[in-house]
Amino acid sequence: MLDVIKEISGVNPRKCMKCGKCTAACPAFDEMEYHPHQFVDMVETGRIDELLNSKGMYYCLSCFACVERCPRSVEPARLIEAVRTLALRKQGGDHMTPDMVPGKLDENLPQQAITSAFRKYRK
Amino acid sequence: MTYSYFPGCTLKNKGRDLDVYGRAAAEKLGFALEELPAWQCCGAVYPMAKDEIATRLSSVRALMAAKEKGQDLVTLCSACHHVIKRVNGDMQRDAAIRDKVARYLNLDTPYAGETKVLHYLEVLRDRVGFDQVAKAVSNPLTGKKIGAYYGCLLLRPGKEMGFDDPENPCILEDFIRALGAEPVIYALRNACCGGYCTMENRDFARKQVDKIMENAKSQEAECLITACPLCMYNLRENATDGLPVMYFTELLAKALGVD
Amino acid sequence: MQRIGVFVCWCGSNIAATVDVEKVAEALGQEPGVVFSANYQYMCSQAGQELIQDAIREHRLTGVVICSCSPRMHENTFRKTVEKAGLNPYMLEIANIREQCSWIHKDKLTATEKAVILGRAAIAKVQLNTPLTAGTSPVRKRALVIGGGIAGIQTALDIAEAGFPVDIVEKKPTIGGKMTQLDKTFPTLDCAACILTPKMVDAAQNENITIYSYSEVQSVKGFVGNFQVSIRKKARYVDETKCTGCGLCTEKCPQKKVPNEFNLGLDNRRAIYIPFAQAVPKVAAIDPNYCTMLKSGKCGVCSKVCTAGAIDYQQRDQIIEETYGAIVVATGFEPIKLDRYGEFAYFQSPDVVTSLEFERLMNAAGPTGGTLLRPSDGKHPHTIVFVQCVGSRCDDSRGKSYCSKICCMYTAKHAMLCREKYPDTDVYVFYIDVRTPGKNFDEFYRRAVEEYGVHYIKGMVGKVVPQNGILKVQASDLIGNRQLHIDADMVVLAAAIEPDKSARPLATMLTASMDTNDFFTEAHPKLRPVESPTAGIFLSGACQGPKDIPETVAQASAAAAKVIGLLAKDHLSCNPCTAQPDEWMCNGCSSCEKVCPYGAITYAEKDFRGPNRTTLRRRVAQVNPAVCQGCGACTVACPSGAMDLKGFSNKQILAEVDAICR
Repeated sequence: MLDVIKEISGVNPRKCMKCGKCTAACPAFDEMEYHPHQFVDMVETGRIDELLNSKGMYYCLSCFACVERCPRSVEPARLIEAVRTLALRKQGGDHMTPDMVPGKLDENLPQQAITSAFRKYRK
Repeated sequence: MTYSYFPGCTLKNKGRDLDVYGRAAAEKLGFALEELPAWQCCGAVYPMAKDEIATRLSSVRALMAAKEKGQDLVTLCSACHHVIKRVNGDMQRDAAIRDKVARYLNLDTPYAGETKVLHYLEVLRDRVGFDQVAKAVSNPLTGKKIGAYYGCLLLRPGKEMGFDDPENPCILEDFIRALGAEPVIYALRNACCGGYCTMENRDFARKQVDKIMENAKSQEAECLITACPLCMYNLRENATDGLPVMYFTELLAKALGVD
Repeated sequence: MQRIGVFVCWCGSNIAATVDVEKVAEALGQEPGVVFSANYQYMCSQAGQELIQDAIREHRLTGVVICSCSPRMHENTFRKTVEKAGLNPYMLEIANIREQCSWIHKDKLTATEKAVILGRAAIAKVQLNTPLTAGTSPVRKRALVIGGGIAGIQTALDIAEAGFPVDIVEKKPTIGGKMTQLDKTFPTLDCAACILTPKMVDAAQNENITIYSYSEVQSVKGFVGNFQVSIRKKARYVDETKCTGCGLCTEKCPQKKVPNEFNLGLDNRRAIYIPFAQAVPKVAAIDPNYCTMLKSGKCGVCSKVCTAGAIDYQQRDQIIEETYGAIVVATGFEPIKLDRYGEFAYFQSPDVVTSLEFERLMNAAGPTGGTLLRPSDGKHPHTIVFVQCVGSRCDDSRGKSYCSKICCMYTAKHAMLCREKYPDTDVYVFYIDVRTPGKNFDEFYRRAVEEYGVHYIKGMVGKVVPQNGILKVQASDLIGNRQLHIDADMVVLAAAIEPDKSARPLATMLTASMDTNDFFTEAHPKLRPVESPTAGIFLSGACQGPKDIPETVAQASAAAAKVIGLLAKDHLSCNPCTAQPDEWMCNGCSSCEKVCPYGAITYAEKDFRGPNRTTLRRRVAQVNPAVCQGCGACTVACPSGAMDLKGFSNKQILAEVDAICR
């Protein structure tokens, strides 16, 4: 599983120097139980199961602030996405299903919001 | 100059204004946007997982269609631009993805990212020139203090997007200046609006937007402009006490005197 | 036919662990001409050298091949060894079976095979070696120091103290460098000016030292012992011999809006200025970019008020030509530009400053007279956030890959001084690691934390948002696993340091090598840290790598010691491996003359005997062996193959290639 994460993310967590700039830059900090620097560390030390069960990872906005500001080019967002992808790809792993959508619609909600949410929350 | 144009799903619907004003302004400025005949939704988010091929195909099809016509591919929506530009980068740099895509699409010669992807703003800056835009302004927005809201997708990751300085961008400010208005610089202009998480947790999106609005107001912005329909939605719908928000093309059309 | 001895070194386990030294010695013993072959644990040790000398005598060896480390390491050692046993030192060849073999291979079989091949090549070459004798060249007993910061000043003082004349070339109007801008110095907190300015005065008053301020090195020719240098002394539009440094002109000049570089643009100076009160030389200079008189011919106020008559609007740049035996590079460092770090809002808020700017804001001679005030509104700051490693330790295109080394300590100093002078301030330091390997350094940092109550937080600042007169700082606290939001009045960025921009073109002039970061490379990272690999060029201070003041001064004195050692000699023995033309083959094309970087080649008309008692007059190349450095450029440039390098002849090199390909 660790190898799959490294492969589909293309990230080498060994490049991390534990400076914490990713977590300092993250706008979703308060919503996540594991923060970007912890994600990198937990992938490196193989604590994948804990990450897979994390609800907070669905709040990563993919805003790429961590990717932009990381001084070691680690790209934490790619790691978070890889873990999320693994969780979603499991049977019954979808985080959002079509029947949940009507309740969330309003008059101005752009198609883009629904499409991105489905791409991010469902495989 | 004629460009291939990829409008994207939202611009045909809730984000119509971004498209309509953009086309009208283009006509006034002397360049043509030729809509690709059979474009498909880009997927709205870039597939970060390197083993996802199917989610890259619609971008590749659009890119290949532009290549066939020998035109650069222009987008207006930040999300479409982000996805198509990065997929094009994958096709240039990642041989594994390139080969798999070629097999999916049954291509004799793999597509290797030959098409140039431009955002509408880049066309204004690099092809038309902001000085020419300024000359075409008939209704200058003198005295208006406008904050540019960039969001994430146009700028980051800076290495792949190559759009502007991702931490201190200036293209929208230069654009605002060209229209005769006064740009307002505020630090959170490249912070995230909450994006798709608004579907999951509206309060979270509201917190982001409130911070952005407060920061823009502290620098005395009167309104904000954006290039992204989802940013537009979040800024308008999720702000507790927000500034008015417009698409940048609407502002452009106004200054150029097109209806 | 040569009688060759082969000596295979184990280098402890460095070579022997990967190369089967016994097999190598045995295989090479079978080569034609080899009459003796041995292996030994440390060939460079006394016992190893005696083994070689005994073999030379006993087996009447005429050539020696040593299979060992790189010739850069021990060629000189072994040349002396064979010379003592009566052999010409140039009858020795080294096969590098360490750096080029054992260190880079893992497989013993492959490495052993390669070692044999390298040895074979050296044997083939030594077959064709001829004894060479080194000539001598005189040493010009004068040194040049490029850069007049604390490094250059210390080096110059030490060389002058030993009795040799030394010139300092400084591009700014005053010597003193970065240290003049500092407030206090860690870890003892003595004031920088109090310890530096006396040294500046010493340099100015020392009769062996000449200071060329506001000057730059324009070109360098020659070689160790004999460098011809031209120095451009830029026009300062003030006669140095007449100016008394009274400063009246700098008060009366009507052009008041010139950013003051000494205070990093935090205040303004006039178009005519003396950088600071303790400048050496204390002579005014006119900034031609801002002087109304020089730009439009209207004004002349400074000339009218100067009672010494020192103002000279007609002054032009002046070229000084001088010859030096040794050159010391002391070009120092600059903090990097922060234009790619927009997340810290450095260009958005004047209250976000670099550490060097902060030095000026704390300095009694700075723009605020030493009272810490916010640049934006002149108010006293209550919360100050320091960010370390801005642009250091980066692998991305924004910063530098190295640790800038000085930031941890000066940040601790800044934080401590803030708390000491203003106990009402809250001071935060965000760090990745606190690096304090120096005498009394860690104690200093701990004092900042324990006695002065500075909040040291392991984490980084991710974003600075100026809003309503404060700086909203978003940061991580990794130990507490939380995100911090601090409302700060000032943010201080510890910008990475990089070599001064003048270093790169200077390195080209000096043919001195640099690393990818534009720091000068030392001849050996451990054993020859103050010498450039280019003979006669020495390194002092931060031009070689990031350094604090104590280290800079130590290296400056070390460089001076090396220079003194060189200048104490009357003659240097030359490299005998110089170029030699075959006059019969030379067609007079001048290709070699054009490529020679040392000006060692000239042409002469010479008479040659032709067929049937005729005389031919031909134009042929001549090499001055005292000037030739044996670089070999001419041998490759020569279209007719007339030029050869002694000790590295075309025949010898081809013999090596043949032996490798056999």
